[in-house]
Amino acid sequence: MDGIADMGGTEGWGRTLPPSSEEPVFGEPWQGRAFALTLLSIRVSGFNADAFRHAQERLDRSAYLDEGYYGRWLNACELMLTDSAILAPAAVDARARNLRGEQVEEPPIPEPAKPDYAPTAAGSLRAVDAAPAFATGERVRAKDMSPAGHTRLPGYVRGHTGVVELIQPAALLPDTHAHFQGENPQHVYSVRFGSRELWGPDAEPFALTVELFESYLEKTG
Amino acid sequence: MTTTGSTDRIPAALRTEALEQLLTERGLIDPNVMDKFITNYETNVGPLNGATVVAKAWTDPEYRQRLLDDGTAAIKELGFAGSQGEHIVVVENTASIHNVVVCTLCSCYPWPVLGLPPSWYKDPAYRARVVREPRKVLSEMGLELADDVQITVHDSSSEVRWLVLPERPDGTEGLSEDQLVQLVTRDAMVGVAKVQAP
Repeated sequence: MDGIADMGGTEGWGRTLPPSSEEPVFGEPWQGRAFALTLLSIRVSGFNADAFRHAQERLDRSAYLDEGYYGRWLNACELMLTDSAILAPAAVDARARNLRGEQVEEPPIPEPAKPDYAPTAAGSLRAVDAAPAFATGERVRAKDMSPAGHTRLPGYVRGHTGVVELIQPAALLPDTHAHFQGENPQHVYSVRFGSRELWGPDAEPFALTVELFESYLEKTG
Repeated sequence: MTTTGSTDRIPAALRTEALEQLLTERGLIDPNVMDKFITNYETNVGPLNGATVVAKAWTDPEYRQRLLDDGTAAIKELGFAGSQGEHIVVVENTASIHNVVVCTLCSCYPWPVLGLPPSWYKDPAYRARVVREPRKVLSEMGLELADDVQITVHDSSSEVRWLVLPERPDGTEGLSEDQLVQLVTRDAMVGVAKVQAP
């Protein structure tokens, strides 16, 4: 989907943060708790890694950005749990208010409604019987499409032409896996693009590779 | 509901505590398992793993070749594998070729060798800009590259993860593998810095 998460090439973010070798893994204790809670909640809610990423990209701008990386994990975690009716939508807010001394009635526990989903194997790599549709060195174009649901086709490469650099192990397709509509494994290609193809004649000279699933690509001829 | 921001949003720390309570009191999660996850990423799974891989590649040409041919297998030889490391591709930086890694869509990162990503990697400015003006971004981050250095940016959009094998600095010929490990930084293994001689 074309949302806040698809950041490649977007403007208005200011300078990059300076690297620091002193940075702790979790800057504040809640960040570690949110990290662990989220990893466990993917299982509790019956979700998968792609559905978790889709939960993140469904957050609004404020929920995605305001409390940083683990803030968006926390918000996506709650969204997964409410989607699966493990929690009522108002449950976390109500409990948090009670924790800080308010007297709030908490909503009843709903009847869980987990997605009808089970993986066929661990991880994301899968065997695909069909031969790859594209060969190393072949020119390919990233399709110019804007799916309403989850995709791992970044906006900034859509419609642009590159060259297949590597054929990576086949993997399940995030576009359907995130929606519990099947693993649909596909071949994955590292496609190399020139900076001027992506950003025009005034771009810095550099190359970029990005992993694209077979259904994201079309022949140029 | 948390998908909509509002000015009276309850702070994340308190919402985290509330969420943990709600799941724990129903027996849906075990706080001891949470503690293990947190401790593991605070102490065991971090850039020291990647530095061990790099130092070995610098001192063992056959290992270096295996690492570049099949990163996942060569990294597993040293005992590093797990979440976010199903398939790791290693690319080598040299005097004339510079690789740098990003994930524009979220913040995918090779956890088994580098641990969890640092703030700058997860920051929108890095995610948005390094695929558009990498030379300028690297300069802002303190890395000036000569004009004739070819830059390749790797956007980690699938489950493939990228690790940069930094260039071994001059003046380190006499150092042992253990001493080299201490020189290798996380930032160099993502490609926003070079390894400096001591």
